[in-house]
Amino acid sequence: MSDHILEMRHISKSFPGVRALSDVNFSVKRGEIHCLVGENGAGKSTLMKVLSGVYPHTEFEGSILFNGKEVKFSGIHDSEKAGIGIIYQELALVPEMTVFENIMLGHEIRRGLVVDQNQMIKRSEELLKRVRLNINPTIKVKDLGIGKQQLVEIAKALSRNVSLLILDEPTAALNEDDCDNLLQILRELKQQGVTSIMISHKLKEVLSIADTITVLRDGQTICTLDRKADKVDEQLLIKHMVGRSIENIYPPRDTKQSDEVVLEVRGWNAYDAALGRKVLNDVNFKVHKGEIVGLAGLVGSGRTELARSLFGNPDGYQLQGEVYLKGQKCRFRHPGGAIRSGLAYASEDRKRNGLILIQSIQYNISLANLEGVSRNGIVNEELDKQTANEFVKSLLIKTPGIHQLVMNLSGGNQQKVSVAKWLFVGPDLLIFDEPTRGIDVGAKYEIYTIMNQLVAKGMSILMISSELPEILGMSDRIYVVANGHITGELEARSATQEAVMQLATQY
Amino acid sequence: MNELRTVLRKNVREYGMYFALALIMAVFTILTNGRFISSRNMANLLNQTGYIAVLAVGMTLVIIIRHIDLSVGFLSGFLGAIAAIALAQWNWPAWAAILLVLVMGTAAGLLTAFPVARLGIPAFVASLAGWLIYRGALMLVTAATGTIIVPNEAFNAIGTGYIPDLFPSETFLPELHKTTLLIGAIAIVLFILGQINDRKRKMQYNFEVLSNGLFAAKLVFISVILGFITWILAGYNGMSWTVVIMLAVVLVYDFITRRTVIGRHIYAVGGNPEAAELSGINVKNITMLVFASMGFLSGLAGILFTARLKSATPQAGTLFELDAIAAAYIGGVSAAGGIGTITGSMIGALVYMSLMNGMNLLGTDISLQYVIRGLVLLFAVIFDVSTRKRRG
Repeated sequence: MSDHILEMRHISKSFPGVRALSDVNFSVKRGEIHCLVGENGAGKSTLMKVLSGVYPHTEFEGSILFNGKEVKFSGIHDSEKAGIGIIYQELALVPEMTVFENIMLGHEIRRGLVVDQNQMIKRSEELLKRVRLNINPTIKVKDLGIGKQQLVEIAKALSRNVSLLILDEPTAALNEDDCDNLLQILRELKQQGVTSIMISHKLKEVLSIADTITVLRDGQTICTLDRKADKVDEQLLIKHMVGRSIENIYPPRDTKQSDEVVLEVRGWNAYDAALGRKVLNDVNFKVHKGEIVGLAGLVGSGRTELARSLFGNPDGYQLQGEVYLKGQKCRFRHPGGAIRSGLAYASEDRKRNGLILIQSIQYNISLANLEGVSRNGIVNEELDKQTANEFVKSLLIKTPGIHQLVMNLSGGNQQKVSVAKWLFVGPDLLIFDEPTRGIDVGAKYEIYTIMNQLVAKGMSILMISSELPEILGMSDRIYVVANGHITGELEARSATQEAVMQLATQY
Repeated sequence: MNELRTVLRKNVREYGMYFALALIMAVFTILTNGRFISSRNMANLLNQTGYIAVLAVGMTLVIIIRHIDLSVGFLSGFLGAIAAIALAQWNWPAWAAILLVLVMGTAAGLLTAFPVARLGIPAFVASLAGWLIYRGALMLVTAATGTIIVPNEAFNAIGTGYIPDLFPSETFLPELHKTTLLIGAIAIVLFILGQINDRKRKMQYNFEVLSNGLFAAKLVFISVILGFITWILAGYNGMSWTVVIMLAVVLVYDFITRRTVIGRHIYAVGGNPEAAELSGINVKNITMLVFASMGFLSGLAGILFTARLKSATPQAGTLFELDAIAAAYIGGVSAAGGIGTITGSMIGALVYMSLMNGMNLLGTDISLQYVIRGLVLLFAVIFDVSTRKRRG
């Protein structure tokens, strides 16, 4: 049919030991926004890499028809030339270069031998207007927030005259405002005739923007739903994604309140000498034993800074105030000290500073507690392997074995490895920064279940999250952070999204 | 057979190295009508390799944690000169001179590490400064005397002497060095027992192990190689002290990197310094430690080299650092950090020095030698990158 801009037929792709895609059919109509959903490891990203030529045509089976003609891409360069633009989960901008240099990177406008700066700036301005980004193209990318960087990426793709734009989880790292803005821009691009494929885990935004939704599961197409013809809701999508219906996204938990205070922070201030400003201002809060405390707030409000300043202060802030862990006043000079005293911090960015991607599951799990598998400084290899195997079993980490490198795991399984690492330390308090970022619904449920099991055993969790439903669904109490201040404390039972948002936007 | 193929494919990088070394040795043996593999030349080759292998071991750790140390060549030259001065001018006993040099080397390593770990100065720059400083220092201490002859026999034995034969015999294998044979035999027995023990423990935990046949084949294969090396060494003067020191360094560092907590920490820092920091590892301390060890080994390399020449010269140590870096890269250390093994780097050093030794035997022009060494380095790294990609 000619109204299809893209048809992928019988696509199969294997990696050593894994069949990532098996006989996938995927068609996109011209001018629509087509969302691709599925659990992590379902094959969404792989399918898009097949399409964009990251995996050359010799490395998979099946055929791709683009604009009705069969295409064989040998690399991303070919697909770009054909008019396909892809924007990855991890942004591919050069932070030290300016916005216009980034936009025009790879096909600079030339005049003779030299690049024509003015032409490039002018062209960039036009493109930025299309994504409604009102910035000076000569500022450096690193000075932009992540939401604006995302838009620069889109402008960059548009500069290639793309007719098909692929976005791999574009909103994963964005706050709600930036998300809404991005979706609006996608709608406008649709008006201008750009077809988009969007991968996303956020089902609400999928439902708000998609014309068509394709669900992948275990490397197979489960169904393709037309928003006009079919009645689609979140429950249905989840059912298709996981192959079972999840009645409740947040598993129930018996809340046994304890009066025992695990962590108390008083008059806590942090000054960042590099930024030249206070990142935390007179912060006071408490966490009880067996409690999940939610730390809500917008991206950049100081939540992560708070966590890191407590956790041995690796950023070297100048600190003031008092921290009591189980009643003991303490000040850690290094994360190691914090860990030994019973504090753990699972970072928001697993790939950047949470895990060692080039190492095995086994090495990652015991990394923060090598004392636990060694004697006199010598690692007991067998004990280490046994430990890893036990965690793989108990946390249901999907992997061929503990020797698998962490970079080969899906996001959800990587997060489980990160959790396993901290469980093996056995902390009193786990600071969990964005526990489910970039994780699919099924794995989310498993992470939540694990969290509940942990607090049932008497551990406490301080959960930082940008997703309001998660904050409300999982926490016992909520503190809201805005601009380095704690602007309010709420009981989760009675709190609403609106109340949290209001506190989060106070400054 | 199928199992053999998967095992080989899984470890293609590691075995490829041994294969390359065997190939190079075979080619030179043929080209030199057997002179290359002769006991005398092999002893010579291993003694030549000593100081480069020692430096390559230290450099491996430095590169694993994503740094580089350019200062080690002239540092070892300078420290060698200090040893020579202590022995020749101050009449110190050998042990005192050795101790002094090792302590100074460790201190020098810490000095290089300080701006890197504490101030965030790139190691390339910090150690380039060291390169200039130690070069100047070497020229300074040798300025008055020029080449310093080392009169101390005990010291020189480190670079030129062989372990004594404790069981000389006129009747039983009179041509061979019995102590070396004994050490070789003990090594083979220890290796086999260690492997069997390791396999047993793995089976206790129900881990996957090689099948009986393949395991036996592996034991026989490596034992034969160890036996062959022993036989060749025993055919000349036996093991030299240089070889003993080199093997000791390799064994100790191999153990540290593979089996200890410190070793895991080093690889973690190289694999992802931020994640390592947040896992409670003190990245600064690991950096200091690794550079200190590099300094210590520079001192050791200086001793080996000075003892081998029985003298210290104003040019000693020139370009050692690049030889060591090349050996480490040939040995499979990843420039991106986090990946590399001690045994790999030792094999890398052997490959590198075999080329030099073999081409010298053939009388190859020195200019062509450099070109060939460059090509081998390039090929090794390309092979490394491509095999790693296929697995990833």
